[in-house]
Formats: sequence, C-alpha cells, structure tokens
Amino acid sequence: MPHTDPASLPIPAFADVAALSAQRSARWRPGLAAQQGPALHSELFASSREGGGAAAALAFALDDIRHVPRAEGNEARDRRSVLWVQTREAARRVGRPYRAGLPHALQGRVIHVLAEKAEDALFALEEGLRCRDFAFVLGEIAGNPGALDFTASRRLTLAGERHGVPLFLVRLDAARDLSSARMRWEIASAPSPAPRWNPQAPGAPRWRADLFRARAHAPGEWVLGEGGDGLAAQRPARAADHDGGDTAASWTAGLRQRPPPRRA
Amino acid sequence: MSGAPAASTAPRRILSIWLPSLAIDRWRLVMGEQARALADAPLVLISDTAHGPRIEAVTQIAAAAGAQRGMMLADARTLCPAVATAPSDPAGDLAFLEQLALWAQRWGPWSALDAPDGLLVDVTAVPHLFGGETLLLEDVREAFARRRLAVRMAIAPTAGAAWALAHHAPDGTIVEHHDDIERALSDLPVAALRLDQDVVTVLRRLGLKRLGDITTIGRDALQRRFRNRKSPAANPLIRRDQLLGRVPEPLLPVIAQQVPLVQRRLMEPIRHRQLLDQVVADLAQDMARELEGQGQGARRLELGLWRVDGEVIVRRLEMAAATRDPAHMLRLFAARLDDIDAGFGIEMVRLRASWAEPLALAQGDIESAAEDHGTSLAACIDRLTVRLGAQAISRPVPFASHIPERAQRWRKPLEPEPSSQGQLAFHARPLKLLDSAEKIAVLYATPDGYPQRFRWRGEVHEVVRVEGPERIAPEWWRERGGARLRDYYRIEDGQGRRYWIYRQGIIGDGRGGAPDWYLQGLCA
Repeated sequence: MPHTDPASLPIPAFADVAALSAQRSARWRPGLAAQQGPALHSELFASSREGGGAAAALAFALDDIRHVPRAEGNEARDRRSVLWVQTREAARRVGRPYRAGLPHALQGRVIHVLAEKAEDALFALEEGLRCRDFAFVLGEIAGNPGALDFTASRRLTLAGERHGVPLFLVRLDAARDLSSARMRWEIASAPSPAPRWNPQAPGAPRWRADLFRARAHAPGEWVLGEGGDGLAAQRPARAADHDGGDTAASWTAGLRQRPPPRRA
Repeated sequence: MSGAPAASTAPRRILSIWLPSLAIDRWRLVMGEQARALADAPLVLISDTAHGPRIEAVTQIAAAAGAQRGMMLADARTLCPAVATAPSDPAGDLAFLEQLALWAQRWGPWSALDAPDGLLVDVTAVPHLFGGETLLLEDVREAFARRRLAVRMAIAPTAGAAWALAHHAPDGTIVEHHDDIERALSDLPVAALRLDQDVVTVLRRLGLKRLGDITTIGRDALQRRFRNRKSPAANPLIRRDQLLGRVPEPLLPVIAQQVPLVQRRLMEPIRHRQLLDQVVADLAQDMARELEGQGQGARRLELGLWRVDGEVIVRRLEMAAATRDPAHMLRLFAARLDDIDAGFGIEMVRLRASWAEPLALAQGDIESAAEDHGTSLAACIDRLTVRLGAQAISRPVPFASHIPERAQRWRKPLEPEPSSQGQLAFHARPLKLLDSAEKIAVLYATPDGYPQRFRWRGEVHEVVRVEGPERIAPEWWRERGGARLRDYYRIEDGQGRRYWIYRQGIIGDGRGGAPDWYLQGLCA
C-alpha cells in the first residue's frame, strides 16, 4: 500500500483531493446504515488466536440491521436466516459457531456451511449473496488462498450489491492482499470494561478496530463495544490525541490547510 | 383388514418374471465360446457338499437323460455317464438377479427380487406406456430374449397370484380382477402357494392336490390343522389369503399411490452429453407438467438411464423443499451428469419423483425471477448441496445435555427445530467452540484455583481477569464411571483476548492423577 507524501504533489491535485474529501468526510460511525444503507462488502482481518473477527462481524451486521430503515409494511423484525461459511482450515483454527454463545437475535437463524476448499467457500458465499432469504452472509477463510484473488472479491462485491445482501468476510491470519471490499478492517480484541458487580470477571466484549481502507469513509481507529442501544465506538486514546481531541473534524481538514509546497 | 383394493379403486398390477434356467443361462453367457462347444452335451452345475458333489441346475438335455436338481452327481453318472459338469455360483447368480431387478424397472417404477430365480415388478398404471399389458409382456419377452434368458411370466393383481401363474400356468397369463383370481388358479397344484416342501407333502397326503381342493374341505378344518404355523410359508391359509389379496403381503410397497413418472424411449441410443441434456430438459418439462397436474412438488428425484448393454445408471437428487420448476431440476441434474459413462449408448431415460409433497400452484418461473429478486432459501440450499454434499450444510440445534460440546447438534438446515429447554441466562457461553478441546500447559498459584498463565499453540497468555469456576459434572447416565468433572473458567488475557478453559477433574477425586487443563472455546 504505497503512501504518497502530499507535499510532493502538484497544487491542482489538492483541489481534487478537497472535492473527494467532501464526499469522504462522512466518517464511519455506528448507526451510519440509517443514512447510507448497510455496508455491503466488508473484510475483517483478524488473528486466529482469538474469536474477535467473527464477533466484530456479527456486531457490525446486527448494528446495520438495527439501523437500516424498513420499507412500508415491512416493519416486522428481521427473522431471515444467516449464512455462515467456513473453510475446514478456518474451522480448525477458530472453531465452529456455538449456538448458545451467539447473540440472542441470531440463535436459531444460523445456517452453517463447512467447505473443504477456498473455492467451495467462495461458491457458497456467492450463492448466499444471491439468495434473498439471507439477512447477511458471514465467511471465514484462513490465510491467503490462491482462489481468493481480486477477481473473486470483485465477483462477491457485484453479487452483493446486485441483490443487496451484506457480506462480512473474516480473513484469519491473512496478509492484506488486493481486494475490492468496500470496507477493510483490522480487528483485535481489546481489554473489556469491568462489570459492575464482579470487577474481577471479563466484561462485555470490546475490539480495537482499524479501518485501513474504505471507499466511502476516511480511515480511522476505534474501540468498539456494546453501548446502551447497540454498537458504541470510541476513539482510542492515541488516535484522539492525534486528532486534537476533535473526533468530528474531517480527516482531510489538515490536508487542505497545509501551505502550498515551496518551489525551488 | 379387507385387503389392498380398499386403498384405490383400480387393482394393483404385479408382473412376476420367472427365470426357470437362470443358473444355466448365466453360465452360458459368462462362458461364451466354451459354452457353445458344450451346447449339445448333457451339462449340470454342481456344488460340493459333505457327501460329495450335488447337482444344482441341469440343462434340458441333461434333464432328458435323467439328471435332476438336488440329485447327487454320482447317481446322475450312473444314469448318464456322459454328463458334463461345471461349478455352480449361487452368489454370482444372486448378484446377477439384483442387476436384473434394477434393469427390470424399465417396465415399472418398483421391482423386487424373488430369490432365487424370479423378479416382481409393479406395473400399476404403466402398461399404457407400452400399449397395453399384452404388448408389455411381448416387450419383456423380447428384451429377455435379446439377453438370451429364458423367462415365464404373468400379470395379476397380487404378487402371490402372479407368482403362481408364472410358475404353474401357461406363459403370459393375465388376470384382470381380484374376483377372477380364484377361478384362474383353482387348477394349479398346491405348490403354487409358495409353501415349504414339508407342508406341500402334508397337503398331498391329505389328498389336497389342487388349489381348488382346499376350499372343498372348509376353512375351519385347515385352520385347526395348521393352527401352530405362524409363518406364511408354512400355513396354506395365510398364503391363500395373500394370493387372493385378502391379506396384504409385506413384500409390496404399502403406498398405493401413483408416483409421478416420465420417460423417453429413444429411437437411437445416445452417447453424447449434449443430447442427454436435451432429453433431461424434456423430461424435466414433462415432470413439471405431471406434478402440476397433481398439485405436488418433488422432494426426491431419480433419473434412471438404461444403457444398451443392460447397465442401469441411477442419479438421485434430494431437495430441501418441494419444487416443480424444470429449470431448477435441470440445473441440479447438470452437475450430476458429468461422470456418466454412456458406454454403447443410452436407450431409455426416465425421471421419477419418488418423494413428492403437496405444493400449491404458485409463481412459475423461479430462474428468471432469481436474476432480479434473488433465489429462495430452498433453492440456494439445493445448489449448495449439489456442489458441496449434503453433510456440508447444517444448522446448530440445541440438545438436552450439560456437556457443552454435546449440547449442540448439527441438523439439516430446513428441518423443524426440536423442542428444547431454554438456556439459563447466567450461563455465559463462548461464541466459538473448537472441534475438540485443546490441551494447554498451565502455571498456577494453587492447584485447585485458576491458572496464572498458560501456553496454547506455542504462545504464553497471562491471565488478567477470570470468572468461575462453573462446575459441570459428568453425565453418569451416558458416560463411563471414570469420567471426571469439569471446572470451567471464563478468562481474559493481558491483550483482552477472551477464552473459555476448563480443568478436567480435581486433585484427590480418585479418578486419575493431576488434572489436565483444556481450552475449549473462544469468546467474543
């Protein structure tokens, strides 16, 4: 991922960047699905030593489902099934979903597919995205299999956008290869808040989420956890310092105010 | 029990095929050239017994010379010194008969072995495909003649009657109605009742030689004579009632309903995939029409391909929900036809919905709708099943057990959920459960407490926060006596990673040495 120093760019480039920044200024936040619709293709990179990847994917999906505005006469709670696809290697590393530990809204709605190869998993994901009876599709693929190249991820993006079914693809122990995912996250577990009645016990789960690539949003880093109603996100202490404490400030604000580079 | 005809107005039609010289015919087919050399020699097939070789089957020439089935070879040799012998192969005959039974489904959707040398085919509602029952019998005779197998056959409303007619009446007898059976069979010998040899002997000694004779002495007398014989093969009254259709015979399928069935008999045997696809597409259309007429949808489909050389290839499909969409059927079958070996060609193709469920008339074309609105859940699961196999797609359902890995089972995705007790709210469970709990090496302050740090998959985790233990006792009604209890802890390490670990057993429980620690689940 090459990063170009803005100082080396010619001046007109900043005008384009400014126009682009206006579109991208909507920083990601929980509940954004109410205005923009659900995130249709997200990739979450996580380690196989923890259950954080799939858990965060479920949290994102449930947050989107909660906030997506419903059409007239369709206000009933979404009881559609959820397709959960794992390769055998991924199931070996992080285990299979356990019904009693799933979020309450999803218990009894999970349909699980165990694929031997990454090709089969991609086939299952695409068929799931084409099916109108799935609320969302969750995939777990370990490593960087050859079948999961840019073309394959583009197929998934197009299928998901055509039929409006969100896809959350958890990449276990994978390098950040090429992908057409609309949002790409790096997820790691974070220390949980102490429960009120037993401070020694692990509390409600929290994850450190790094949005490192997104089509419609600026990159950023958050600590996700359960809020009063659904997903809550805080800026981590380090990132908040960097932004001067103003979380609402646009990512590109600093870029525009930068003085033009001095020419020799 | 008034018998089978109550279920449907039209009687069942059972075709019984008897191969009187199955062993000899098969021996000739297998041996080929060598058999032709022996064509006009008296040949017998023998098996070895404790008292020397015994004759299992004889050719007509050998029978004319005096050899009989069941005779010792030495006795036959005294009658006809020129007798030629070959070993018999009853297991091979049975396997061949099984093949034949499958092949004989070309005349009806259901067939059964009638060991050792017969077949039963249910031809109910089928003869019109062949132009009537007489022509059906002609077709059967022709097909068997092509394979050089001698047959005798009959069609009757019950399997017993058909068997009796095939064995003891003129070849090709057809009995139309239940009422005609008694008259048609009254002249047959009592052996036509499919009785054991000793019972036939008893009846002969009683002077009852023909089926008609049995009615003359009254049912009560026979009832008393055979009151201890419960097996149908030992009780002539049960056999007679089965033959007349008064008592259902468990040999037959109990469902007296018509299975949706379409077939194509091909003018030219096909050998290419493209043509086969076309035929299957036509059959799928026919099947859709057939199912629509009955207001049903197929859950299981069987595609049978009859090859010219007598092989039958069967491909089965099971669908998650009833459907009658031809495009969907075709799409599912397309993946299954890749590995078919057409050999010298396929002469007949048949599609059969062996399991159908009521399906109301509804929206027609799912495929084109799928492009715009997505597929339905059932169609999606069908596609996944065909590509990945049935066991790859499942759904977790709860099961009544305390042991965590046993409290969840995997079932088919669209099966109704079994009823279960609700989950206790204070039982915190992990999001993921490893396929098998992995052993971890621990370092602890006190042997009966939780660990300070542990090593899992080659990395050391510091335990920062912990909740537990939650003690789960072994299920004594399922496990051996030596099973140890488990103390579960929910822990969080220094980086915030949350796990579910347990200690198997406690020190001093008398069920083994120092307890081991395992990591079983990953928490959210």
